[in-house]
Amino acid sequence: MTTVSAERLAKIFVEVADTLVDEFDLIEFLHLLTDRTAGLVQASAVGMLLADQRGNLEFIAGSDENVKLLELFQIQNQQGPCLDAFRTGRPVINADLRTAGARWPRFAPHATAAGFRSVHAFPLRLRSEVIGALNLFGAGVGAFDEADVQIVQAVADVATIGLLQERTIHRSELLTEQLQGALNSRIVIEQAKGAIAQAHGVSVDEAFARMRGYARRAHRRLSEVAHAVVTDVGSIPELSAEPPQPPG
Amino acid sequence: MGGMRRLCAAAAQAMSASGAAVTVMAEDGERGAMVATDLTSERLEELQFVLGEGPGADAFASRRPVLVPDLAGETMARWPVYTPAAGDLGLRAVFAFPLQVGAARLGVFEVFRVRSGQLSSGELRHALIFAEVALTTLLDGQANAPLGAPADGLVGAVEHRAELFQAQGMVMVQLGISLAEALARMRAHAYAENLQLGAVAAEIVARRLRFDPDQRSPQAGQGEAGRQT
Repeated sequence: MTTVSAERLAKIFVEVADTLVDEFDLIEFLHLLTDRTAGLVQASAVGMLLADQRGNLEFIAGSDENVKLLELFQIQNQQGPCLDAFRTGRPVINADLRTAGARWPRFAPHATAAGFRSVHAFPLRLRSEVIGALNLFGAGVGAFDEADVQIVQAVADVATIGLLQERTIHRSELLTEQLQGALNSRIVIEQAKGAIAQAHGVSVDEAFARMRGYARRAHRRLSEVAHAVVTDVGSIPELSAEPPQPPG
Repeated sequence: MGGMRRLCAAAAQAMSASGAAVTVMAEDGERGAMVATDLTSERLEELQFVLGEGPGADAFASRRPVLVPDLAGETMARWPVYTPAAGDLGLRAVFAFPLQVGAARLGVFEVFRVRSGQLSSGELRHALIFAEVALTTLLDGQANAPLGAPADGLVGAVEHRAELFQAQGMVMVQLGISLAEALARMRAHAYAENLQLGAVAAEIVARRLRFDPDQRSPQAGQGEAGRQT
Protein backbone atom coordinates (compact mmCIF):
# COMPACT_ATOMS: atom_id res chain seq x y z
CA MET A 1 0.00 0.00 0.00
CA THR A 2 2.49 2.57 1.12
CA THR A 3 5.60 2.27 -1.00
CA VAL A 4 7.57 4.06 1.67
CA SER A 5 9.45 7.09 0.50
CA ALA A 6 13.17 6.39 0.31
CA GLU A 7 13.91 9.85 1.61
CA ARG A 8 11.78 9.34 4.67
CA LEU A 9 13.33 5.97 5.37
CA ALA A 10 16.84 7.35 5.01
CA LYS A 11 16.01 10.13 7.47
CA ILE A 12 14.83 7.62 10.03
CA PHE A 13 17.94 5.50 9.74
CA VAL A 14 20.13 8.55 10.21
CA GLU A 15 18.13 9.45 13.30
CA VAL A 16 18.41 5.91 14.62
CA ALA A 17 22.14 5.82 14.01
CA ASP A 18 22.50 9.11 15.91
CA THR A 19 20.63 7.63 18.84
CA LEU A 20 22.81 4.55 18.86
CA VAL A 21 26.06 6.48 19.08
CA ASP A 22 24.69 9.12 21.43
CA GLU A 23 24.33 8.49 25.13
CA PHE A 24 21.86 5.69 24.96
CA ASP A 25 18.54 5.11 26.64
CA LEU A 26 16.81 1.96 25.49
CA ILE A 27 13.25 3.06 26.22
CA GLU A 28 13.79 6.33 24.36
CA PHE A 29 15.28 4.43 21.47
CA LEU A 30 12.41 1.96 21.21
CA HIS A 31 9.92 4.77 21.54
CA LEU A 32 11.60 6.58 18.65
CA LEU A 33 11.37 3.44 16.53
CA THR A 34 7.67 2.87 17.21
CA ASP A 35 6.89 6.53 16.63
CA ARG A 36 8.75 6.70 13.32
CA THR A 37 7.32 3.36 12.17
CA ALA A 38 3.82 4.75 12.66
CA GLY A 39 4.68 7.73 10.46
CA LEU A 40 6.44 5.60 7.88
CA VAL A 41 3.57 3.25 7.07
CA GLN A 42 0.69 5.46 8.22
CA ALA A 43 -0.25 3.15 11.07
CA SER A 44 -2.65 4.51 13.69
CA ALA A 45 -0.64 3.08 16.55
CA VAL A 46 2.56 1.10 16.92
CA GLY A 47 3.77 -0.70 20.00
CA MET A 48 6.55 -3.02 21.01
CA LEU A 49 6.41 -5.99 23.36
CA LEU A 50 9.41 -7.79 24.86
CA ALA A 51 9.44 -11.28 26.33
CA ASP A 52 10.56 -11.30 29.95
CA GLN A 53 12.29 -14.70 29.63
CA ARG A 54 9.62 -16.35 31.67
CA GLY A 55 7.45 -16.30 28.60
CA ASN A 56 5.42 -13.17 29.36
CA LEU A 57 5.15 -10.49 26.70
CA GLU A 58 5.43 -7.05 28.26
CA PHE A 59 4.74 -3.66 26.72
CA ILE A 60 7.96 -1.67 26.48
CA ALA A 61 7.32 1.33 24.20
CA GLY A 62 4.73 2.73 21.82
CA SER A 63 3.92 5.57 19.46
CA ASP A 64 1.02 6.20 21.79
CA GLU A 65 0.11 4.65 25.11
CA ASN A 66 -3.34 5.42 26.29
CA VAL A 67 -5.11 3.06 28.67
CA LYS A 68 -7.08 1.33 25.89
CA LEU A 69 -3.99 0.66 23.85
CA LEU A 70 -2.01 -0.64 26.83
CA GLU A 71 -4.81 -3.08 27.46
CA LEU A 72 -4.64 -4.28 23.85
CA PHE A 73 -0.95 -4.97 24.26
CA GLN A 74 -1.43 -6.74 27.56
CA ILE A 75 -4.16 -9.04 26.28
CA GLN A 76 -1.61 -10.41 23.85
CA ASN A 77 0.06 -12.25 26.66
CA GLN A 78 -2.74 -14.74 26.11
CA GLN A 79 -3.71 -14.31 22.48
CA GLY A 80 -3.25 -12.03 19.51
CA PRO A 81 -0.94 -11.30 16.60
CA CYS A 82 2.08 -10.51 18.78
CA LEU A 83 1.85 -13.81 20.59
CA ASP A 84 1.53 -15.57 17.20
CA ALA A 85 4.55 -13.72 15.76
CA PHE A 86 6.49 -14.42 18.96
CA ARG A 87 5.70 -18.13 18.94
CA THR A 88 6.15 -18.80 15.22
CA GLY A 89 8.92 -16.32 14.49
CA ARG A 90 6.98 -15.19 11.44
CA PRO A 91 5.15 -11.92 10.82
CA VAL A 92 1.38 -11.61 10.89
CA ILE A 93 0.41 -9.33 7.99
CA ASN A 94 -2.82 -7.51 7.06
CA ALA A 95 -5.02 -9.34 9.57
CA ASP A 96 -8.59 -8.07 9.30
CA LEU A 97 -9.94 -7.54 12.79
CA ARG A 98 -13.57 -7.82 11.68
CA THR A 99 -13.07 -11.40 10.59
CA ALA A 100 -10.51 -12.38 13.23
CA GLY A 101 -13.02 -13.22 15.96
CA ALA A 102 -12.43 -16.95 15.67
CA ARG A 103 -8.65 -16.61 15.66
CA TRP A 104 -8.48 -14.15 18.59
CA PRO A 105 -11.85 -14.20 20.38
CA ARG A 106 -10.76 -11.75 23.07
CA PHE A 107 -8.25 -9.61 21.28
CA ALA A 108 -10.21 -8.95 18.07
CA PRO A 109 -13.33 -7.39 19.62
CA HIS A 110 -11.19 -5.26 21.96
CA ALA A 111 -9.13 -3.99 19.03
CA THR A 112 -12.23 -3.29 16.96
CA ALA A 113 -13.81 -1.42 19.84
CA ALA A 114 -10.65 0.70 20.08
CA GLY A 115 -11.30 1.83 16.51
CA PHE A 116 -8.88 -0.40 14.61
CA ARG A 117 -9.61 -2.38 11.48
CA SER A 118 -6.29 -4.06 10.69
CA VAL A 119 -3.30 -5.34 12.62
CA HIS A 120 0.22 -6.58 11.86
CA ALA A 121 2.88 -8.10 14.09
CA PHE A 122 6.58 -8.63 13.37
CA PRO A 123 8.88 -10.83 15.43
CA LEU A 124 11.99 -9.33 17.04
CA ARG A 125 14.50 -11.97 16.02
CA LEU A 126 17.88 -12.70 17.44
CA ARG A 127 19.47 -15.62 15.63
CA SER A 128 17.21 -18.59 16.43
CA GLU A 129 15.48 -16.78 19.28
CA VAL A 130 12.47 -14.49 19.23
CA ILE A 131 12.63 -11.88 21.98
CA GLY A 132 9.48 -9.87 21.35
CA ALA A 133 7.25 -8.37 18.69
CA LEU A 134 6.47 -5.11 16.93
CA ASN A 135 2.74 -4.44 16.66
CA LEU A 136 1.04 -2.12 14.13
CA PHE A 137 -2.60 -1.11 14.16
CA GLY A 138 -4.45 0.54 11.27
CA ALA A 139 -7.81 2.28 11.08
CA GLY A 140 -8.35 0.98 7.53
CA VAL A 141 -8.02 -2.37 5.82
CA GLY A 142 -4.43 -3.63 5.91
CA ALA A 143 -2.66 -3.48 2.58
CA PHE A 144 1.01 -4.14 3.27
CA ASP A 145 2.86 -5.46 0.22
CA GLU A 146 6.13 -7.37 0.22
CA ALA A 147 8.20 -4.16 0.23
CA ASP A 148 6.37 -2.81 3.28
CA VAL A 149 6.85 -6.09 5.09
CA GLN A 150 10.58 -6.05 4.46
CA ILE A 151 10.92 -2.48 5.65
CA VAL A 152 8.98 -2.99 8.87
CA GLN A 153 10.86 -6.21 9.56
CA ALA A 154 14.08 -4.23 9.12
CA VAL A 155 12.88 -1.78 11.75
CA ALA A 156 12.12 -4.70 14.06
CA ASP A 157 15.65 -6.01 13.47
CA VAL A 158 17.08 -2.59 14.30
CA ALA A 159 15.20 -2.72 17.61
CA THR A 160 16.94 -6.00 18.41
CA ILE A 161 20.30 -4.49 17.53
CA GLY A 162 19.51 -1.62 19.87
CA LEU A 163 18.88 -4.09 22.66
CA LEU A 164 22.34 -5.50 22.15
CA GLN A 165 24.13 -2.36 21.23
CA GLU A 166 26.87 -2.65 23.80
CA ARG A 167 30.29 -3.66 22.66
CA THR A 168 30.19 -7.18 24.02
CA ILE A 169 27.53 -8.17 21.55
CA HIS A 170 28.61 -11.81 21.56
CA ARG A 171 27.87 -12.24 25.23
CA SER A 172 24.54 -14.02 25.50
CA GLU A 173 24.20 -12.87 29.12
CA LEU A 174 23.92 -9.34 27.85
CA LEU A 175 20.51 -9.96 26.37
CA THR A 176 19.16 -11.00 29.77
CA GLU A 177 20.79 -8.05 31.49
CA GLN A 178 19.43 -5.55 28.94
CA LEU A 179 15.97 -7.09 28.75
CA GLN A 180 15.51 -7.19 32.50
CA GLY A 181 16.85 -3.67 32.84
CA ALA A 182 14.55 -2.37 30.12
CA LEU A 183 11.47 -4.09 31.53
CA ASN A 184 12.22 -2.61 34.91
CA SER A 185 12.65 0.89 33.44
CA ARG A 186 9.24 0.49 31.88
CA ILE A 187 7.76 -0.25 35.33
CA VAL A 188 9.27 2.98 36.68
CA ILE A 189 7.42 4.92 33.97
CA GLU A 190 4.12 3.35 35.05
CA GLN A 191 4.86 4.10 38.72
CA ALA A 192 5.60 7.71 37.78
CA LYS A 193 2.32 7.99 35.84
CA GLY A 194 0.47 6.94 38.99
CA ALA A 195 2.40 9.34 41.20
CA ILE A 196 1.66 12.31 38.91
CA ALA A 197 -1.99 11.28 38.49
CA GLN A 198 -2.41 11.22 42.27
CA ALA A 199 -0.41 14.32 43.08
CA HIS A 200 -2.05 16.51 40.45
CA GLY A 201 -5.50 14.95 40.20
CA VAL A 202 -5.28 13.94 36.54
CA SER A 203 -5.77 10.69 34.58
CA VAL A 204 -2.80 8.40 34.02
CA ASP A 205 -2.92 9.22 30.31
CA GLU A 206 -2.70 12.93 31.08
CA ALA A 207 0.08 12.18 33.57
CA PHE A 208 2.05 10.49 30.81
CA ALA A 209 1.42 13.34 28.36
CA ARG A 210 2.77 15.82 30.90
CA MET A 211 5.79 13.70 31.69
CA ARG A 212 6.67 13.20 28.04
CA GLY A 213 6.00 16.84 27.19
CA TYR A 214 8.24 17.98 30.01
CA ALA A 215 11.00 15.53 29.04
CA ARG A 216 10.98 16.87 25.48
CA ARG A 217 10.99 20.52 26.46
CA ALA A 218 13.68 20.05 29.07
CA HIS A 219 15.73 17.69 26.87
CA ARG A 220 15.73 15.07 29.57
CA ARG A 221 15.26 11.35 29.12
CA LEU A 222 11.86 9.94 29.88
CA SER A 223 13.33 7.25 32.17
CA GLU A 224 15.30 9.86 34.06
CA VAL A 225 12.25 12.08 34.51
CA ALA A 226 10.24 9.06 35.70
CA HIS A 227 12.92 8.30 38.30
CA ALA A 228 12.89 11.89 39.50
CA VAL A 229 9.10 11.73 39.82
CA VAL A 230 8.99 8.59 41.93
CA THR A 231 11.82 9.86 44.10
CA ASP A 232 10.00 13.13 44.77
CA VAL A 233 6.88 13.98 42.82
CA GLY A 234 7.18 17.63 43.82
CA SER A 235 10.68 17.94 42.37
CA ILE A 236 9.35 18.86 38.91
CA PRO A 237 6.80 21.66 39.42
CA GLU A 238 6.22 21.88 35.66
CA LEU A 239 4.23 18.65 35.87
CA SER A 240 1.51 20.27 37.94
CA ALA A 241 0.11 22.22 34.99
CA GLU A 242 -0.92 21.34 31.49
CA PRO A 243 1.96 21.71 29.08
CA PRO A 244 1.96 24.82 26.92
CA GLN A 245 0.49 24.22 23.47
CA PRO A 246 3.16 23.98 20.81
CA PRO A 247 2.99 26.91 18.43
CA GLY A 248 1.07 26.34 15.20
CA MET B 1 14.62 -15.11 57.89
CA GLY B 2 14.33 -18.89 58.10
CA GLY B 3 12.06 -18.89 55.08
CA MET B 4 14.60 -16.91 53.15
CA ARG B 5 17.34 -19.39 53.98
CA ARG B 6 15.21 -22.26 52.72
CA LEU B 7 14.50 -20.24 49.59
CA CYS B 8 18.22 -19.74 48.96
CA ALA B 9 18.87 -23.43 49.49
CA ALA B 10 16.13 -24.36 47.03
CA ALA B 11 17.48 -21.87 44.51
CA ALA B 12 21.00 -23.22 44.81
CA GLN B 13 19.75 -26.74 44.29
CA ALA B 14 17.55 -25.85 41.30
CA MET B 15 20.43 -24.08 39.63
CA SER B 16 23.15 -26.64 40.40
CA ALA B 17 24.94 -23.96 42.36
CA SER B 18 27.29 -24.27 45.31
CA GLY B 19 25.41 -21.59 47.20
CA ALA B 20 23.11 -18.60 47.13
CA ALA B 21 22.53 -15.49 49.21
CA VAL B 22 20.11 -12.64 49.67
CA THR B 23 21.24 -9.29 51.01
CA VAL B 24 18.72 -6.68 52.06
CA MET B 25 19.72 -3.18 51.08
CA ALA B 26 18.39 0.31 51.66
CA GLU B 27 17.72 2.62 48.74
CA ASP B 28 20.98 4.48 49.39
CA GLY B 29 22.92 1.22 49.03
CA GLU B 30 23.42 0.73 52.76
CA ARG B 31 23.50 -2.90 53.58
CA GLY B 32 21.03 -4.63 55.89
CA ALA B 33 20.47 -8.24 56.87
CA MET B 34 22.02 -11.05 54.88
CA VAL B 35 21.09 -14.69 54.46
CA ALA B 36 23.28 -17.33 52.83
CA THR B 37 23.13 -21.06 52.33
CA ASP B 38 26.61 -21.78 53.69
CA LEU B 39 29.75 -20.25 55.12
CA THR B 40 31.52 -19.75 51.80
CA SER B 41 28.54 -17.95 50.29
CA GLU B 42 28.41 -15.80 53.37
CA ARG B 43 32.07 -14.90 53.02
CA LEU B 44 31.63 -14.15 49.31
CA GLU B 45 28.75 -11.86 50.13
CA GLU B 46 30.73 -10.17 52.94
CA LEU B 47 33.67 -9.75 50.63
CA GLN B 48 32.03 -7.45 48.16
CA PHE B 49 30.56 -5.24 50.80
CA VAL B 50 33.88 -4.95 52.56
CA LEU B 51 35.54 -4.16 49.24
CA GLY B 52 32.71 -2.07 47.88
CA GLU B 53 32.77 -3.82 44.53
CA GLY B 54 31.42 -6.95 42.90
CA PRO B 55 28.55 -8.32 40.81
CA GLY B 56 25.93 -7.90 43.55
CA ALA B 57 26.85 -4.27 44.19
CA ASP B 58 26.76 -3.62 40.44
CA ALA B 59 23.40 -5.37 40.01
CA PHE B 60 21.91 -3.19 42.71
CA ALA B 61 23.43 0.02 41.36
CA SER B 62 22.62 -0.61 37.69
CA ARG B 63 19.16 -2.05 38.42
CA ARG B 64 19.73 -5.03 36.19
CA PRO B 65 21.13 -8.54 36.52
CA VAL B 66 24.88 -9.03 36.35
CA LEU B 67 25.69 -12.48 34.99
CA VAL B 68 29.27 -13.68 35.15
CA PRO B 69 29.60 -17.24 33.79
CA ASP B 70 33.39 -17.15 33.90
CA LEU B 71 34.85 -14.98 36.62
CA ALA B 72 38.43 -15.73 35.56
CA GLY B 73 37.61 -14.45 32.09
CA GLU B 74 36.57 -11.03 33.37
CA THR B 75 38.92 -8.15 32.80
CA MET B 76 40.67 -7.15 35.99
CA ALA B 77 39.42 -3.62 35.50
CA ARG B 78 35.88 -4.62 36.34
CA TRP B 79 36.44 -5.76 39.93
CA PRO B 80 40.20 -5.58 40.55
CA VAL B 81 40.06 -6.70 44.18
CA TYR B 82 36.92 -8.81 44.28
CA THR B 83 37.83 -11.09 41.36
CA PRO B 84 41.07 -12.57 42.78
CA ALA B 85 39.71 -12.69 46.33
CA ALA B 86 36.54 -14.52 45.26
CA GLY B 87 38.65 -16.81 43.09
CA ASP B 88 40.67 -17.73 46.17
CA LEU B 89 37.42 -18.82 47.81
CA GLY B 90 36.81 -21.16 44.87
CA LEU B 91 34.28 -19.02 43.03
CA ARG B 92 34.19 -19.52 39.25
CA ALA B 93 30.79 -18.12 38.24
CA VAL B 94 28.33 -15.74 39.88
CA PHE B 95 24.89 -14.50 38.91
CA ALA B 96 23.43 -11.47 40.65
CA PHE B 97 19.83 -10.25 40.42
CA PRO B 98 18.46 -7.03 41.87
CA LEU B 99 15.35 -7.45 44.03
CA GLN B 100 13.25 -4.65 42.64
CA VAL B 101 9.94 -3.53 41.16
CA GLY B 102 10.57 -0.49 39.04
CA ALA B 103 12.14 2.16 41.24
CA ALA B 104 11.57 0.19 44.44
CA ARG B 105 14.74 -1.69 45.37
CA LEU B 106 15.05 -3.96 48.38
CA GLY B 107 18.22 -5.94 47.90
CA VAL B 108 20.10 -8.38 45.78
CA PHE B 109 19.97 -12.12 45.18
CA GLU B 110 23.16 -13.95 44.21
CA VAL B 111 23.91 -17.46 43.02
CA PHE B 112 27.43 -18.88 43.28
CA ARG B 113 29.09 -21.69 41.37
CA VAL B 114 32.45 -23.39 41.80
CA ARG B 115 32.58 -24.25 38.10
CA SER B 116 32.37 -21.85 35.22
CA GLY B 117 29.58 -21.97 32.67
CA GLN B 118 26.45 -20.18 31.59
CA LEU B 119 23.03 -20.62 33.11
CA SER B 120 20.74 -22.67 30.89
CA SER B 121 17.55 -20.90 29.88
CA GLY B 122 15.68 -23.09 32.37
CA GLU B 123 18.08 -22.15 35.16
CA LEU B 124 17.78 -18.50 34.24
CA ARG B 125 14.00 -18.73 34.41
CA HIS B 126 14.32 -20.36 37.83
CA ALA B 127 16.64 -17.62 39.00
CA LEU B 128 14.21 -14.90 37.97
CA ILE B 129 11.38 -16.69 39.75
CA PHE B 130 13.44 -17.14 42.92
CA ALA B 131 14.35 -13.45 42.79
CA GLU B 132 10.68 -12.56 42.57
CA VAL B 133 9.74 -14.81 45.48
CA ALA B 134 12.59 -13.37 47.54
CA LEU B 135 11.37 -9.87 46.76
CA THR B 136 7.81 -10.80 47.72
CA THR B 137 9.04 -12.27 51.00
CA LEU B 138 10.94 -9.08 51.82
CA LEU B 139 7.97 -6.89 50.91
CA ASP B 140 5.51 -8.82 52.99
CA GLY B 141 7.97 -8.93 55.85
CA GLN B 142 8.11 -5.15 55.70
CA ALA B 143 4.33 -4.87 55.84
CA ASN B 144 4.05 -7.46 58.63
CA ALA B 145 1.83 -9.48 56.36
CA PRO B 146 -0.16 -12.20 58.10
CA LEU B 147 1.39 -15.64 58.04
CA GLY B 148 0.07 -17.69 55.20
CA ALA B 149 -0.33 -14.71 52.90
CA PRO B 150 -0.48 -15.99 49.34
CA ALA B 151 2.97 -16.66 47.91
CA ASP B 152 1.62 -16.41 44.39
CA GLY B 153 4.48 -14.33 43.10
CA LEU B 154 4.58 -10.61 43.15
CA VAL B 155 2.76 -9.69 40.01
CA GLY B 156 2.67 -12.99 38.19
CA ALA B 157 -1.09 -13.40 38.26
CA VAL B 158 -1.89 -9.78 37.45
CA GLU B 159 -3.03 -9.31 33.89
CA HIS B 160 -2.99 -5.54 33.69
CA ARG B 161 0.48 -5.02 35.01
CA ALA B 162 0.69 -1.38 33.94
CA GLU B 163 -2.30 -0.65 36.15
CA LEU B 164 -0.67 -2.36 39.11
CA PHE B 165 2.41 -0.14 38.91
CA GLN B 166 0.32 2.99 38.34
CA ALA B 167 -1.69 2.14 41.45
CA GLN B 168 1.57 1.65 43.34
CA GLY B 169 2.64 5.18 42.38
CA MET B 170 -0.72 6.55 43.47
CA VAL B 171 -0.64 4.86 46.88
CA MET B 172 2.92 6.08 47.39
CA VAL B 173 1.72 9.67 47.01
CA GLN B 174 -1.51 9.14 48.97
CA LEU B 175 0.31 7.90 52.03
CA GLY B 176 3.67 9.58 51.58
CA ILE B 177 5.43 6.23 51.84
CA SER B 178 7.97 4.41 49.71
CA LEU B 179 7.02 2.55 46.55
CA ALA B 180 7.96 -0.74 48.18
CA GLU B 181 5.72 -0.06 51.12
CA ALA B 182 2.90 1.03 48.82
CA LEU B 183 2.99 -2.32 47.06
CA ALA B 184 3.16 -4.15 50.39
CA ARG B 185 0.06 -2.25 51.59
CA MET B 186 -1.80 -3.14 48.40
CA ARG B 187 -0.89 -6.79 48.80
CA ALA B 188 -1.94 -6.77 52.43
CA HIS B 189 -5.24 -5.15 51.52
CA ALA B 190 -5.89 -7.72 48.78
CA TYR B 191 -5.18 -10.49 51.24
CA ALA B 192 -7.31 -9.04 54.05
CA GLU B 193 -10.25 -8.41 51.73
CA ASN B 194 -9.78 -11.66 49.84
CA LEU B 195 -9.38 -9.85 46.53
CA GLN B 196 -7.03 -10.32 43.59
CA LEU B 197 -4.17 -7.85 43.61
CA GLY B 198 -5.12 -6.82 40.07
CA ALA B 199 -8.66 -5.98 41.20
CA VAL B 200 -7.31 -3.81 44.03
CA ALA B 201 -5.05 -1.99 41.56
CA ALA B 202 -7.98 -1.39 39.18
CA GLU B 203 -10.05 0.12 42.00
CA ILE B 204 -7.22 2.42 42.99
CA VAL B 205 -6.58 3.66 39.44
CA ALA B 206 -10.33 4.17 38.94
CA ARG B 207 -10.25 6.22 42.17
CA ARG B 208 -12.87 4.08 43.85
CA LEU B 209 -10.41 3.00 46.52
CA ARG B 210 -7.87 5.13 48.28
CA PHE B 211 -5.49 4.55 51.14
CA ASP B 212 -5.21 8.04 52.64
CA PRO B 213 -5.61 7.73 56.40
CA ASP B 214 -7.39 11.09 56.62
CA GLN B 215 -9.96 10.15 54.04
CA ARG B 216 -11.70 7.41 55.95
CA SER B 217 -11.25 4.66 58.55
CA PRO B 218 -8.42 6.19 60.52
CA GLN B 219 -7.53 2.98 62.37
CA ALA B 220 -4.07 1.68 61.78
CA GLY B 221 -3.08 -1.37 59.86
CA GLN B 222 -4.31 -2.82 56.64
CA GLY B 223 -7.96 -2.01 57.31
CA GLU B 224 -7.28 1.63 56.72
CA ALA B 225 -8.07 1.61 53.04
CA GLY B 226 -11.30 3.48 52.50
CA ARG B 227 -13.83 2.80 49.83
CA GLN B 228 -15.41 5.74 48.07
CA THR B 229 -18.67 5.61 46.25
